[in-house]
Amino acid sequence: MIDRIASLGRLGLDIVTSFGRSGQFLAGVLAGVPRPVTGFPLLIKQLYSVGVLSLAIVVVSGLFIGMVLGLQGYTILSDYGSEAAIGQMIALTLVRELGPVVTALLFAGRAGSALTAEIGLMKATEQLSSMEMMGVDPLRRVIAPRLWAGFIAMPVLAVIFSVVGIWGGMLVGVDWLGVFEGSFWGNMQSSVDFVDDVMNGVIKSVVFGFVCAWIAVYQGYDCVPTSAGISSATTKTVVYSSLAVLGLDFVLTAVMFGDF
Amino acid sequence: MAQRTTEIIVGLFMIAGLAALLVLALQVSGLSPSSAESTYTVYADFNDTGGLTPRGRVSMAGVTVGTIESIALNKETFQARVTMSIRSDVDNIPADSSAVIRTSGLLGEQYIDISIGGDMESLQAGDSFYSTQSAMNLERLISNFASGR
Repeated sequence: MIDRIASLGRLGLDIVTSFGRSGQFLAGVLAGVPRPVTGFPLLIKQLYSVGVLSLAIVVVSGLFIGMVLGLQGYTILSDYGSEAAIGQMIALTLVRELGPVVTALLFAGRAGSALTAEIGLMKATEQLSSMEMMGVDPLRRVIAPRLWAGFIAMPVLAVIFSVVGIWGGMLVGVDWLGVFEGSFWGNMQSSVDFVDDVMNGVIKSVVFGFVCAWIAVYQGYDCVPTSAGISSATTKTVVYSSLAVLGLDFVLTAVMFGDF
Repeated sequence: MAQRTTEIIVGLFMIAGLAALLVLALQVSGLSPSSAESTYTVYADFNDTGGLTPRGRVSMAGVTVGTIESIALNKETFQARVTMSIRSDVDNIPADSSAVIRTSGLLGEQYIDISIGGDMESLQAGDSFYSTQSAMNLERLISNFASGR
């Protein structure tokens, strides 16, 4: 009985410690902003691997999600004879919710897991500690560029996702199902507000990008330096990122779009 | 890969992001560069605003000429006071025009339509509409009909 209570206490302590460590880690990384001149090539390289290489999966998923939204929306809306509202439905769904959220989930799977595995392997092969021996701060040299790259790439990817999705919805709705193009765009433009909808979506994706990148680099940096440790850290990255994104999405939606 | 190639590709990536944001701004949310044009405020008191919401449109003859700023209850008259901002270039609305709440389509959103009057004087900033027509309430209409009034 006492053992049970003790293990529960240990679990609680572990959770609190890991939160504390990740916060400390974040403070350390943010203090080590990449230096404008020497850090810039590192940041570009990470932006390439985190952002540009995620582009393919983001574009393809965006296209298909937009097309599915168009098909489903048409089926439902045509029951009420208001197919013309399909543009409004697709645009609001994508810009407010699906764009930031699905991009963040894909980002966690595609880029976050790779970041964790890369940093974890660096730790396992003691590259990080040898950097410290040489007097190079691994937080500044390895972690900071990756965190900033995730932070910058995520909103860009989310915006591209939304645009491709709307285009996919237009392909299905207008070109295939024959919704009048003027009312498709007109309904959309009269209901989507740039600040309230588009910018709030961008803010969401900035938050998600930050959280995903933070979880990914922390899990890599904090992993047990064995092959089993790296694999469990990679799993944790994807699971924690997805949960954090979905939970935060609810909070942000309640704050941004809830009427209270 | 050469550093230069990577830089160019990342640059293109950022440009693609900005272009996508521009598409969202101009094509999707219909933000036009001249949307910050000057407006003036007029008021209208309604008995029932129905489903009218702020940011809804105000139109004349089907053309959008302004937006609804806010809807508040006037505690003295128990009417809803709707604040509208009208584009400054539409400055010749006759003073005896009336504000009518209409619904676009069967299920569409509600908006204010300005029915033109015949007065020579025109509404000034801060004026109120003299006559208004509240939202059509289908339930009330049916219950009136059913009770034979």
